[in-house]
Amino acid sequence: MDQVVQGELKKAAEAHGQENVVVLLGSPDADSADIYAETVTIGDPTYAGPLAGVALNLPVHHILEDMVKEEVPQEIYDEQVGVAELSLEKEAICSAMEEARVKFV
Amino acid sequence: MITPVVKGASSVIAHTPGLVRHGSKPTRETAKNDHLLDEILANLRNYEEAVAYPPNQVFIGNMRPDDLNEYARPWTNVKLTDAERFGPSGEIVPEDEFYGWLKIADEFQLVYLEKTFLLELKEKLTNHPIIQPEDFERLGEGKDIEVIEKALAQGKAEPLHVNGNKLVGYVQTGHDEDPFLTAEIILENLCNKASGIIAMRHVLYSFDVTAEDVDYVFGCDEEAVGDRYQRGGGNIAKSIAEHAACVNATGSDIKAFCCAPAHSVNIAAGLIQAGIYEEIVIIGGGSLAKLGMKFAGNLKHDMPIVEDQMGAIAMIIGKDDGKSPVIRTDSIGKHDISAGSSAQAIYKSLIIKPLERFGRGILDIDKYAVELHNPDVTEPNGNGNVPRTNYRTIAAMAVLRGEMEKAEMNHFENKHGMAGFSPTQGHIASAIPFLGHAREMIMNGDINNAMFVGKGSLFLGKMTNLSDGMSFLIEKNEGVNEP
Repeated sequence: MDQVVQGELKKAAEAHGQENVVVLLGSPDADSADIYAETVTIGDPTYAGPLAGVALNLPVHHILEDMVKEEVPQEIYDEQVGVAELSLEKEAICSAMEEARVKFV
Repeated sequence: MITPVVKGASSVIAHTPGLVRHGSKPTRETAKNDHLLDEILANLRNYEEAVAYPPNQVFIGNMRPDDLNEYARPWTNVKLTDAERFGPSGEIVPEDEFYGWLKIADEFQLVYLEKTFLLELKEKLTNHPIIQPEDFERLGEGKDIEVIEKALAQGKAEPLHVNGNKLVGYVQTGHDEDPFLTAEIILENLCNKASGIIAMRHVLYSFDVTAEDVDYVFGCDEEAVGDRYQRGGGNIAKSIAEHAACVNATGSDIKAFCCAPAHSVNIAAGLIQAGIYEEIVIIGGGSLAKLGMKFAGNLKHDMPIVEDQMGAIAMIIGKDDGKSPVIRTDSIGKHDISAGSSAQAIYKSLIIKPLERFGRGILDIDKYAVELHNPDVTEPNGNGNVPRTNYRTIAAMAVLRGEMEKAEMNHFENKHGMAGFSPTQGHIASAIPFLGHAREMIMNGDINNAMFVGKGSLFLGKMTNLSDGMSFLIEKNEGVNEP
């Protein structure tokens, strides 16, 4: 996760409280979803960005997960995410996210 | 009406492990961690390893992108035994020679090399196919190492190293008070210029257009050349063309982040079609700032640092010669401001709309060139396989349009795409590295057409939230307009 995004997340968590911020990922594969989920929970594993050693423990989900999809009007979801849902490895990403939420606490 | 064609394309790699420490990310990280520079130096490749690296052989044109499918990833584990330094129209330049090109590109006596190093360098460059007698005069006589060390100790200079940590020269500041002419920025811009000169000389050396024939030159890189009053004023294109003997040309820079090469091809094609110019060269030099950008991912996975090299490209767009692939100016795709930024909105603008204009579908294009970032760099860093994601998106569009079954999506990359083989240098990786391959493959009859899809992250500059995209299609020349 690039440093700017990490910095913005850190600022948002400080400004609004960690309990009021949810991270929604759009990363293209299971590996990157895993790293990003780790970054926003227990900290940046590459120790390169503002979240190095900072455990924000933010709730994290992926746009392809059904629990997120259900929150979005279908027409908008199809228009904005439809191609990604078809083209990305949805199953692998979703299971990586489920594992990450258990792993990184 | 004059038909614009692709008369040649060259791709060059400057393998510069000694410059990795000057990349933006390594510079920032080594300042925070005293041990990191040693770790970086211990994980750089030597020149032979860079030459034997399969994606590099593809980049300079000795192998086709599809040949990469024969090798297991990561390709850093593969050492080709028959790898060559020179390709049909490019080369992999070793770092010592590249410092020579830096000196040749230096108009203001800002680059200094050590005497003995320079002597050996001149000997090495003697038989280089694109070196000119006047280049040796520009290389000069060099300085004693004590003088170099003293200049560096005074600050306002950046060191040049070979073989990891051996000091062989320096680049000094261009102005004592100007934050945009510091030694760092002079080095960055000279790297772009020098690699651009090499690529431009190769393209003019390898194809049927002479330097004197060139009317105009576009720069399509991402460097900002200028001073405190006009940061990014330009004009790198003209400064490169000067060193390639294009005496009848002028030029300008096209700026659009990674998308600039595709913009440049389309603008050049329009100027040729309009009859304003007959031969145009598009040049994209390498990016020093991006060296080592994703080094942490490679180190984490016990891989050598793959971003130890800069890419440079040069293309000749000219009037119809009856044989070179034609640029379909009725096929240009552009991402309009109102188009939206979802993947499907972007691809609708760049692929579907232009194809629909002349009644073709997605599968009618033999090969798509997208962002061809080497996954050996991006995957270890958690950025995914960029071209694969792009091909899967295009395949999904074909499924949604009823052109293909979902079960066939996994074959789309192999059939209509390719593995990523380009240095991850933004504009360099943006579809264009396939142009030389596509030109040859079309002329050999291997494919009939190829579409080039470039995208750019304009939002990085904090002036707009928009992204950008341009595309163009080339196809077989039917030879009806023979000169």
